[in-house]
Amino acid sequence: MGILESKVPKGPLADKWTQHKNDIDLVNPANKRNIDIIVVGTGLAGGSAAATLAELGYNVKTFCYQDSPRRAHSIAAQGGVNASKNYQGDGDSDYRLFYDTIKGGDYRSREANVYRLAEVSGNIIDQCVAQGVPFAREYGGLLDNRSFGGVLVSRTFYAKGQTGQQLLLGAYSAMNRQIQRGKIRSYTRHEMLDLVKIDGKARGIIARNLVTGEIERHSAHAVVIASGGYGNLFFLSTYCMGANVMAAWRTHRRGAFFANPCFTQIHPTCIPVSGEHQSKLTLMSESLRNDGRIWVPKKLEDAKAIREGKLKPTELKEEDRDYYLERRYPAFGNLVPRDVASRAAKERCDAGYGVNKTGEAVYLDFAAAITRYGTEKAYTSGIKDPDAATIKQLGEEIIEAKYGNLFQMYEKIVDQNPYKTPMMIYPAVHYTMGGLWVDYNLQTTVEGCYSIGESNFSDHGANRLGASALMQGLADGYFVLPYTIGDYLADDIRTGQIPTDSPEFDEAEKHVKDRINKLMSGKGLHSVDHYHKKLGKIMWDKCGMSRNEKDLKEAIKEIAALRKDFWENVKVTGEPDSKNQELEKAGRVADFLEIGELFAKDALERNESCGGHFREEYQTPEGEALRDDKNYKYVAAWEYKGEPKDAKLHKEDLAYEFIELKTRSYK
Amino acid sequence: MKIYLKIWRQKDATSKGKMVDYTLEGIEGDMSFLEMLDILNEELITKGEEPIEFDHDCREGICGTCSLQINGRPHGPDRFITACQLHMRSFKDGDTITIEPFRAKAFPVIKDLIVDRTAFDRIQQAGGYISVNTSGHTIDANTIPIEKENADDSFYAAACIGCGACVAACKNASAMLFTSAKVSQFALLPQGRVEATDRVLNMVRQMDIEGFGNCTNTGACEIECPKGISLENIARMNREYLSASLKG
Repeated sequence: MGILESKVPKGPLADKWTQHKNDIDLVNPANKRNIDIIVVGTGLAGGSAAATLAELGYNVKTFCYQDSPRRAHSIAAQGGVNASKNYQGDGDSDYRLFYDTIKGGDYRSREANVYRLAEVSGNIIDQCVAQGVPFAREYGGLLDNRSFGGVLVSRTFYAKGQTGQQLLLGAYSAMNRQIQRGKIRSYTRHEMLDLVKIDGKARGIIARNLVTGEIERHSAHAVVIASGGYGNLFFLSTYCMGANVMAAWRTHRRGAFFANPCFTQIHPTCIPVSGEHQSKLTLMSESLRNDGRIWVPKKLEDAKAIREGKLKPTELKEEDRDYYLERRYPAFGNLVPRDVASRAAKERCDAGYGVNKTGEAVYLDFAAAITRYGTEKAYTSGIKDPDAATIKQLGEEIIEAKYGNLFQMYEKIVDQNPYKTPMMIYPAVHYTMGGLWVDYNLQTTVEGCYSIGESNFSDHGANRLGASALMQGLADGYFVLPYTIGDYLADDIRTGQIPTDSPEFDEAEKHVKDRINKLMSGKGLHSVDHYHKKLGKIMWDKCGMSRNEKDLKEAIKEIAALRKDFWENVKVTGEPDSKNQELEKAGRVADFLEIGELFAKDALERNESCGGHFREEYQTPEGEALRDDKNYKYVAAWEYKGEPKDAKLHKEDLAYEFIELKTRSYK
Repeated sequence: MKIYLKIWRQKDATSKGKMVDYTLEGIEGDMSFLEMLDILNEELITKGEEPIEFDHDCREGICGTCSLQINGRPHGPDRFITACQLHMRSFKDGDTITIEPFRAKAFPVIKDLIVDRTAFDRIQQAGGYISVNTSGHTIDANTIPIEKENADDSFYAAACIGCGACVAACKNASAMLFTSAKVSQFALLPQGRVEATDRVLNMVRQMDIEGFGNCTNTGACEIECPKGISLENIARMNREYLSASLKG
């Protein structure tokens, strides 16, 4: 493959990482003090990496657009973090976590990376507990677990519905310790606008101070991109409003290949869209599928009556309900992986069984769980013949203890009480498996530029399993990158500080300023949001849960035309040299308008269905995804060549040495 | 619905600000409060005026970025939510709504409704952590059992989102609830006891340096806290502080 060298170490799967750590170069502690590293993004991956690198002795600079490193969107992850601790004694192991992840990703991820992820997963839990992360515990004082989709064991550690928050605050506290020591300099309300390369190596970034508008130069011996995913190109998603692809895309434009852009996760359980004004979508954690049953009415006339408000879901008899996941996938039931659950919801709604005004919603019902928990609680409380009301009350208390904050969020948004009537949910864009291509060391195709967490492509293949994003972010940041980056930096111990007055910095700064000026000088016909919403609609309609050749070709044309329109006619108010949220948004949308086209091109090129990428032309008679391992068992890594239409495809073949490729089945 | 708005506009940290009136029509109850502001901003942009800048990010009540004082209350009229979770169904046709930034000496205004809350970060940097290395080579997570009640209380304290509503609600602009939440999270866990003495002394000292006021036990912070952080945490911090001072 030449240019795409994955650098996976030789040897047995379970020994690769240990062997690799023994083989790679190290930097001695005294020399680390002479080496600077920039980390862009302070979510779970960036925060944990920054803290660990600083602790090892490197000088770290972190950059985030938020006002504090504590606010990155990792904080919104609800359900949990996976680890192969096997505390439940239910047959879990590193191998099983590895296997579940590869299978869940529909055999489109790299074996060695995923095995390493499973191998270090247990350390994450040890580390977080030592840091004071308050995970949920059982009455005996030991850690509790729950189950997530696509697996048959309970390996998910959690802190109510706020696991991401607690893990991020753990990483943030580790960062704070290093900030206090002076080993991390934290630049908040700063946005990376370009990568600076000197002699082919990443040596710094150009950043904008979002308060003053000042364009700043920052140099380092290595740059780590930890800027998250690009799902906001759909406009409506569960991402935070500020999430963007700028750091990753600017790096791509400077030579880093972008892998599998069309691999996007559409999460099955989100609060449905309520109207045109909607600015974002809210997730209801996958953990709810532990106890909630998903259904739609069996009869079309019942669905219609419900939509018209003439019938209540609680009035529908058991035999008139279609628990379609339990029906189609008896082995995994409501806990099938996300891509499968999302498509099944779309299938029912497209067939006319949707249950809200727009016809795009299904029920997630807790009545059975409330009864089950309530009955058990009544017995353990010594109530021999509990009546229905007692059972309901006790059951609701248990559901509240488990998911209280999620139920409260739902009630605030929808104005319905989910303890009394089933929740309504519908799929929404949630995560991007695609991202910057990285080798086993997490280095991009630009020397000295690394990518970790959601911003890289590495571990989740074509579909991510629940509670694995937190695992991957922290694994990359705490336990992988700090080792592998040393191998590269060992050659830099005599380099000395990188000056910022070089022609390369001059060029990058000029490029950034020209771009800002161009954004500010559009004809002023339409706002930035106008374009963002239009792009989102094209993406959702034509590159969303199911895709076909005709739609994708149209999407490519429409996005290119929209991009042209944007650059000519966008209206950006205010000044470039002060706080200016419209300018911030404009820069981000400009990049979405490029990646959107590459996304469609990638989806068009991949003539198979796998994981979250469902091409209507390639499906089994039962409507399941039909993979083509003969022709598409590769990572599609795109090289920037100007316009997205000119991007050049490189392929990294995925060699499966240790597991057999199978058709994924959850039946 | 027709809504009358009075919104604080301020060009930058050094300029003088003022309340400006706006009127919006066609507002629906299902819109979130911030979506109402989005609509206003789109109208302003169309007219060629500068939109109103406000901090917001996750729009689901967890990141702690939004910081609006709505009709005199941090995050508005509802309890246990942030401004981004507030919906227009909490208001009625013809209502006048005033929107200001969180007010405190330690939270200077950056622009319009955006304030600088980095003082909170500095309080955390002064001691809001456990000094373990991030190598992962610590003891197994299940080596030390922790009483469920303590683990749960620690979690409830740790649920603080660092939004600053407690400061904005307090007549003294005190940061006691915020600081005590972190002190409590660690004080309740065996891992956190090791450095408990230094932690409480250092965090309280930083809190004072930043110019936050003192606590006079009025409890407004607890009422306005979107995450329901309890006043018990302040009591716990006071106990921790007293015993640390005696030791120190």
